[in-house]
Amino acid sequence: MAKEKKSGSKKPEVKQSVTNSGIYTDEVMDHFMHPHNLGEIKDADAVGEAGNPVCGDIVYLYLKVKDNKIKDIKFKTLGCAAAIATSSMVTDIAKGKTIEEALKITNNEVAEELGGLPSIKMHCSVLAQQALKNAIEDYYKKHLK
Amino acid sequence: MDYAATSPVRSEVVKAMLPYFSQEFGNASSLHSYGQAASAALRQSREVIAKVVNADSNEIIFTSGGTESDNLAIKGAAYANREKGNHLITSSIEHPAVLNTMKQLEKEGFKVTYLPVDRFGSVNPKDVEKAITSKTILISIMHANNEIGTIQPIKEIGEIAKKHGILFHVDAVQTFGKLSIDVKTMNIDLLSASSHKICGPKGIGMLFVKKGVQIKPLFDGGAQEFHKRPGTENVSSIVGFAKAAELAHKEMKKESARLTRLRDKLIKSVLSSVKGSRLNGHPVNRLPNNINFGFVGVEGEALLLVLDSMGIAVSTGSACSSHDLTPSHVLLAINPDPVKAHGSLRVTLGHEIKESDIAYVAKAIPKAVEQIRKMTPRIEGVTTIDE
Ligand SMILES: Cc1ncc(COP(=O)(O)O)c(C=O)c1O
Ligand code: FES
Repeated sequence: MAKEKKSGSKKPEVKQSVTNSGIYTDEVMDHFMHPHNLGEIKDADAVGEAGNPVCGDIVYLYLKVKDNKIKDIKFKTLGCAAAIATSSMVTDIAKGKTIEEALKITNNEVAEELGGLPSIKMHCSVLAQQALKNAIEDYYKKHLK
Repeated sequence: MDYAATSPVRSEVVKAMLPYFSQEFGNASSLHSYGQAASAALRQSREVIAKVVNADSNEIIFTSGGTESDNLAIKGAAYANREKGNHLITSSIEHPAVLNTMKQLEKEGFKVTYLPVDRFGSVNPKDVEKAITSKTILISIMHANNEIGTIQPIKEIGEIAKKHGILFHVDAVQTFGKLSIDVKTMNIDLLSASSHKICGPKGIGMLFVKKGVQIKPLFDGGAQEFHKRPGTENVSSIVGFAKAAELAHKEMKKESARLTRLRDKLIKSVLSSVKGSRLNGHPVNRLPNNINFGFVGVEGEALLLVLDSMGIAVSTGSACSSHDLTPSHVLLAINPDPVKAHGSLRVTLGHEIKESDIAYVAKAIPKAVEQIRKMTPRIEGVTTIDE
């Protein structure tokens, strides 16, 4: 069953075997296979973490803030493709925004940017958004007043 | 490499089936010659299938597959023996076709004991014996597990069932045509098998019902299948199932030795080349075609998708649970840590898998694991690997 496929970002063709392939949009697969802003920030100004008690998956977000704006943002995620793609997308959306604007990002918005998620995977998108919120709270705690 | 989910129909099987769609289309219950040809095909198929498990041909009931066979065996035996008792014994790692049937019976007032398994997924026959009460009417244990491949001590459990005069059902969907089965020496009263796991058509299976064992049919209807499963027989599928069983039975010894060698080669290669990897299930008492890996700091679905992009079809847990977020009940039974249960990968081999495929997968898995681990945060004790 080892056959090469031509392109990585194309939706895999339907196979005889029952796999998860085909349940995600091309955007999700692209962000999953080639995530943006992946990594850690060593001297981060704030870190946020969010875990999913059902599946045990977990997202870490690192922030660098300057003049109240998110100057740099990186993530590391142990999770399914939906969790990884939404982590990648949330960092794209948040980068350059003020922290107040970033706080307003919703998981629905992130999912929409990815062309939608299967309904059973919507709760995975909560992780990244929650991690961002927790990172901003961490920032407030450490740096304000 | 997902043969435990299903398998491609072999060309010999398709060839055997074809005449039964257009030329030999008769109803096996009809007395004219078309009907008689169908009836002869049925008879022969029954004989072939019976031989695989050392049964008599009139002990084989054709059904729509493994799920129906499990339902018919368990509900059929429970309803037929209600006045004798209301207690059933099974294991906690059965296929949903058994587990959910048991749950339904619980709603109807039956009592069910779900036996635990050890860390390799084995049922201890002593636990079976201890669970028996004066009300026990059925013991149902799978021959081998579909997710982790562990083979259960069926012969020992059969002896216990016989000693106590309790009916014994075996879900042999993963082993029929793959491991040798003898319903007589194993003291089996009821045994489920399915065609699509052995390169036969889907939607056809069988239940072996030992002579003299009473089961209540699930459907009301005609007299087909010895009054146990009414409905006009699916002759073409039955012929295909029999052909697949005949081929699997004939090639069993050679094929199981070949797959065992390929299996162990891949296990050895991956365990030695990937840090923080482990084998789920039993190292020796396992299906020749089943491998189930766990990787620290790797989520199963993500790994599946990366491998899929490399042209390798595998599964996490079982195919049925791939739309479910909760970790597999089988992995949780052998390892209560849900994070570990979540990161599993099942590779199942079959007829068309060659040496070169194994070499390709042996190289691809470490690469895919590495790609995922680049994204994994370092969490002490969770994603860190003890050296
Ligand atoms: C152990 C086991 N039992 C039962 C079944 C159900 O069989 P079927 O798909 O033929 O209904 C399967 C496979 O799906 C299985 O692996
Ligand atoms: S399944 Fe765990 S985050 Fe998606």
